[in-house]
Amino acid sequence: MDRTQGKLLLEPIVDNNPITLQILGICSALAVTTKLAPAITMSIALTVVLVAASVIISLIRRHMPGSIRIIIQMTIIASLVIVVDQVLQAFAYELSKQLSVFVGLIITNCIVLGRAEAFASKNAPWPSFLDALGHGLGYSVILIAVAAIRELLGAGTLLGVTVLPLIEDGGWYEPNGLMLLAPGAFFIIGLMIWGIRTWRPRQVEKPEYRIHIVHRTEGS
Amino acid sequence: MEHYLSLLFKAVFVENLALAFFLGMCTFLAVSKRIATALGLGLAVIVVQTITVPVNSLIHRFLLDEGALGWAGIGQVDLSFLGLITYIGVIAAMVQILEMLLDRYFPALYQALGIFLPLITVNCAILGGSLFMVERGYNLAESTVYGFGSGLGWALALVLLAGIREKLKYSDVPNGLQGLGITFIITGLMAMAFMSFSGIQL
Repeated sequence: MDRTQGKLLLEPIVDNNPITLQILGICSALAVTTKLAPAITMSIALTVVLVAASVIISLIRRHMPGSIRIIIQMTIIASLVIVVDQVLQAFAYELSKQLSVFVGLIITNCIVLGRAEAFASKNAPWPSFLDALGHGLGYSVILIAVAAIRELLGAGTLLGVTVLPLIEDGGWYEPNGLMLLAPGAFFIIGLMIWGIRTWRPRQVEKPEYRIHIVHRTEGS
Repeated sequence: MEHYLSLLFKAVFVENLALAFFLGMCTFLAVSKRIATALGLGLAVIVVQTITVPVNSLIHRFLLDEGALGWAGIGQVDLSFLGLITYIGVIAAMVQILEMLLDRYFPALYQALGIFLPLITVNCAILGGSLFMVERGYNLAESTVYGFGSGLGWALALVLLAGIREKLKYSDVPNGLQGLGITFIITGLMAMAFMSFSGIQL
């Protein structure tokens, strides 16, 4: 694996993260992260679909007429999602109930169609595989981090194992219920973006308007 | 009647697709910079949602559900695994038909909606609406009300956010929080405000 290929794999994890920089695939990132277990399942499901879709689309990229390529890509993605959904229902029924409609919503997850359209339909299968895997990992990192914070602060557990003993069970931790509700997810991702952009200032968006600071020697 | 009113209220405020279920977030965050564009997209979502949810409800009831093909004499066939691919196909087709109809009969509206109409196909709020309808087993009338209500709720949240962001242009936001970060925080605060509806029962 040479340098450019390593870059394809590693760049989407922090420097070009699909969630925090490209604003792709946010819906599911927020919805399935109240607990760690469904978040991990969702990460695996999305990465599998993303990698498989990218490789298949890359393999047939020379045979796809441009005018109907979107519908071909949607059909491939939808078929893969059905397979993943059926596998989950067969082997992890409880988890698939918890994920509810969100496995189905991988079809409209912008990361999958975005990578298919922007990368896989123009590149050979091996780079497409690396690119898809990198984006899947970038998505998974954020998803798992958000879920770990929410489960730890909201319920005092990680993967169902008690880490911070709750007051009601004789411990010392008072759970923060807000973390388990919708607003908590928005706040955590917002703060996480703030953190990443402070670490990597290159990702900061240029403001549309600058407040003009009046210096004391200027005007009256 | 009361039942439908309660369902509508629930779909618009309590179970708001954008703020409680995080659906259609990508478009929600990307297209909320100006009120005018937000209104256009919101209108398009309401129209598409009100059409696709009942249509998918009919397809689910008479073609895909377990034992749904009884009228054709093959009641033992269960095609519900084909649901996902069918719903997305219906949505894509509906958006395409709507686009052609608007272009032919209401060119002004077509111009106003512009690029947003085709984008709606990949808006997860639309597919999410259909999937929730299946999961909760709404009948035709209920799914029409639910489709309209959920579309309206999504559009309402979008326009509200656009209003806040227009005002926010002039505020002094810390460097790293600029843009996407602050938008997430605002959306979180809006979601908190919408949560205050959750105790209301009609």
